[in-house]
Amino acid sequence: MTTTDTAAGASYAPGSAPGPYGYADLRQLMSRMTGDEKHGPASTSTLDVLWVLYDRVLRVAPDRVDDPARDRFLLSKGHGPMAYYAVLAAKGFVPDAWLPGFGGYDSPLGHHPDRTLVPGVEIGSGSLGHGLGLGVGSALGLRAQGLTDTDVWVLVGDAEMDEGSNHEAVQYAGAVGLEHLHVVAVDNASATYGWRGGLASRFAAEGWSAVTVDGRDHSALYEAFTAPHPGRPHAVVARVEPRES
Amino acid sequence: MRERFAAVTTELLDSDPRLALVLAVISAERFTPAARAHPDRVIDVGIREQLLVGAAGGLALTGLRPIAHTFASFLVERPFEQVKLDLGHQGVGAVLVSAGASYDVAAGGRTHQAPGDVALLDTLDGWTVHVPGHPDEAETLLRHAAADGDSRVYLRLSEHANSAPQPVVPGRFRVLREGRAGVVLAVGPMLDAVLAATSGRDVTVLYAASVRPFDAASLRAATARAGTTDLVIVEPYLTGTSSAHAAEALADVPHRVLALGTRRAELRRYGTWQEHVAAHGLDAVGLRARINAFLGV
Repeated sequence: MTTTDTAAGASYAPGSAPGPYGYADLRQLMSRMTGDEKHGPASTSTLDVLWVLYDRVLRVAPDRVDDPARDRFLLSKGHGPMAYYAVLAAKGFVPDAWLPGFGGYDSPLGHHPDRTLVPGVEIGSGSLGHGLGLGVGSALGLRAQGLTDTDVWVLVGDAEMDEGSNHEAVQYAGAVGLEHLHVVAVDNASATYGWRGGLASRFAAEGWSAVTVDGRDHSALYEAFTAPHPGRPHAVVARVEPRES
Repeated sequence: MRERFAAVTTELLDSDPRLALVLAVISAERFTPAARAHPDRVIDVGIREQLLVGAAGGLALTGLRPIAHTFASFLVERPFEQVKLDLGHQGVGAVLVSAGASYDVAAGGRTHQAPGDVALLDTLDGWTVHVPGHPDEAETLLRHAAADGDSRVYLRLSEHANSAPQPVVPGRFRVLREGRAGVVLAVGPMLDAVLAATSGRDVTVLYAASVRPFDAASLRAATARAGTTDLVIVEPYLTGTSSAHAAEALADVPHRVLALGTRRAELRRYGTWQEHVAAHGLDAVGLRARINAFLGV
């Protein structure tokens, strides 16, 4: 693991430091959460994307969740957050003892995450189509404060992209070249009418750097996440098995 | 008021590096010098009101103090879920500054009118709502809001203004006249018409340029001094918007409330805002008849 080469993030290694658990433990961690059967498939569609981001890309740490220079990961697709919570537990952001309470009255871990309740969670989400607007504002706010080495990542789903609010954000970010904004779109072919020409084409048409990769292939994901994209926001469409299969 | 908003915000952007202004085309031409001076903190997202409020939420998440501005209908009503979730649910603040109010754009028709904006914000938690009745009051309230930590503030600007400013303290009602036959609470631009309508009548007139939080203590003090809990509320937006707050303030005493504001029924007329004020019965003539009948004065 190499350290990042720019001043603002010099004290971070890319990827969160090793936590109490590794990738092999994620399904066991997820199995400790129950009561959200409806969102089960969606929760696993994000698992590899989340792991590669947290393990190798995001400059975040459990003891620095308020550091202004930390990278921001915004889970826009707040449905099925079990994989997200599992990764946060694996990396030490939340105690794994919280997991069995998932969805309970006394648990901070709801079926949609609340940033005010869970350390390391950057936004409360659940209503689709809010993360990209918040991500645009975050990238603008970081730039205005000179935090020019901080990246913003927004995870959306292909069906979530049906929401028009996303397209307001995609068009604007492309037009102004919001370089530190990144989207990873987990594509499990669940959009009601699909995306003719592929979801990546929607980003590319608005001036984004956009690639499509296998959402289960860690090397391919890492390569896509770290590809240079000077002067443009960057979208990674991560294809996983269709939702109904 | 909109001119004052542009001038004061431009000045504040120079002096406070925490402030950022987010626009959606409306009024952008008034901020050309500010945008040149602060290209990273004066942001026009185009005609994208969901992004207007969403981006404001994102800016606030990074520690900035966003001011977001457009017409009331496109600032509160159209992106209401962004107001609810991208600000309130995230636990961050912003200053929303609207123009157009209830009927300023009378010739524009219903699409550009938002008499329900304050009532809509009343469904949410933690919003401060200012309804200035004069550009000087708007300036005072804007300066206060910009410096008011991470609070969520709605500043409702209007073409409709009183002839003279009142000294305003955010969150406080002000006694302008004392009487014994009833208490009339005038909100923002309604003051001139209320003063004219109650001229020569033995009533207390309270003035509110700042309506949320609702200053229950001042209302209770006014009713106690007047010796009556007959209350008239005159608001420049949807009739009855503040009635629940008044009822809560006077919950332990028998009271009567007459709520006057814009009528719920859509007024399918164009014309001027003055004509709309009269059509809603909110000019001095319209107010006088209803206030006299209610108070028996």
